[in-house]
Amino acid sequence: MNKDLYNYIIGIADNSLILGQRLGELCGHGPSLETDIAGTNISLDLFGQVRSYFQYAAQVSGDENATEDTLAFLRIEREYKNVLLVEQPNTDFAYTIVRQFYFDAFHLLFLKALETSKDETLAAIAKKSIKEVSYHWRFSSDWVRRLGDGTEESHTRVLEAVNELWMYTDELFHQTEADKAMIAQGIGVETLALKETYYKMIGDVLEEATLPIPESKYWHKGGKQGIHTEHMGYILSDMQYMQRTYPNMEW
Amino acid sequence: MSKNWPLWEVFVRSKNGLEHRHFGSLRAADAEMAMENARDVYTRRSEGVSIWVVESNNITASNPENNGELFEPAADKVYRHPTFYDLPDEVKHM
Repeated sequence: MNKDLYNYIIGIADNSLILGQRLGELCGHGPSLETDIAGTNISLDLFGQVRSYFQYAAQVSGDENATEDTLAFLRIEREYKNVLLVEQPNTDFAYTIVRQFYFDAFHLLFLKALETSKDETLAAIAKKSIKEVSYHWRFSSDWVRRLGDGTEESHTRVLEAVNELWMYTDELFHQTEADKAMIAQGIGVETLALKETYYKMIGDVLEEATLPIPESKYWHKGGKQGIHTEHMGYILSDMQYMQRTYPNMEW
Repeated sequence: MSKNWPLWEVFVRSKNGLEHRHFGSLRAADAEMAMENARDVYTRRSEGVSIWVVESNNITASNPENNGELFEPAADKVYRHPTFYDLPDEVKHM
């Protein structure tokens, strides 16, 4: 088994898995029918991508019992390698949008780079996902502009979310041992090279949205090492409930 | 004053070559949002290749109370339908 490749795939997939799960929680609870369906659509796009990654990871793992389902539902908290940003709660619509906005900008840049990976499977998954994620970015950045440049209340609330979630953005660019090994082999994405473009992308939208760009340089990290915030356990207990209670159940 | 966003009507072309058909309505603050919402609400199961949205206010509709004078006179004029011609076999799709 190629341990680095396996960990690398899991690292990418878990971001989409946990964000998809967070968005899925809002199904039926969106602020309007239209935004509810939009959020669920994004969630399903992410789960579709996760399936491709996990199928590949299961194959790479060399464990013949591993499947996309065991990877999604039967790992313990420390084995999930998503960034802290995506596990943050749906505090209100502003938080949901800003979390999406911070992630989408990264996700889009990341996939565009992954498309040129030497690993053909990863390159193919990236190519397919780029169209979906381009729309996610369009949706979330559009809403940041609307809320920021909207009413006094929407401005105040989105500004709070922009400031509160800011400290989770830097972790997107952190590199684990697996990341470094994959970058060296021309398989992984050199995330540090994306950083400047990323902050320019979100900065431009925040400016249009009449929102000041946060200046804080205090960053939270740990998710990529499996050290999560207190929210993660609750997400997993929701997400894993069916498989833990009725082992091997199928839909 | 309603707190809801304005209502929009959505027209979707399901395949190239077909006409846009009325699919339903939705609420949105402006045309751009109406387009995104229409994409998410009405084409997520690959129902379409093109979308039109128009604010419902801009549609002038006939009044159902006037149905008598508008439509009933047409009901008994069978000669307005081109059903009395013998079509040659070569003419298809009529």
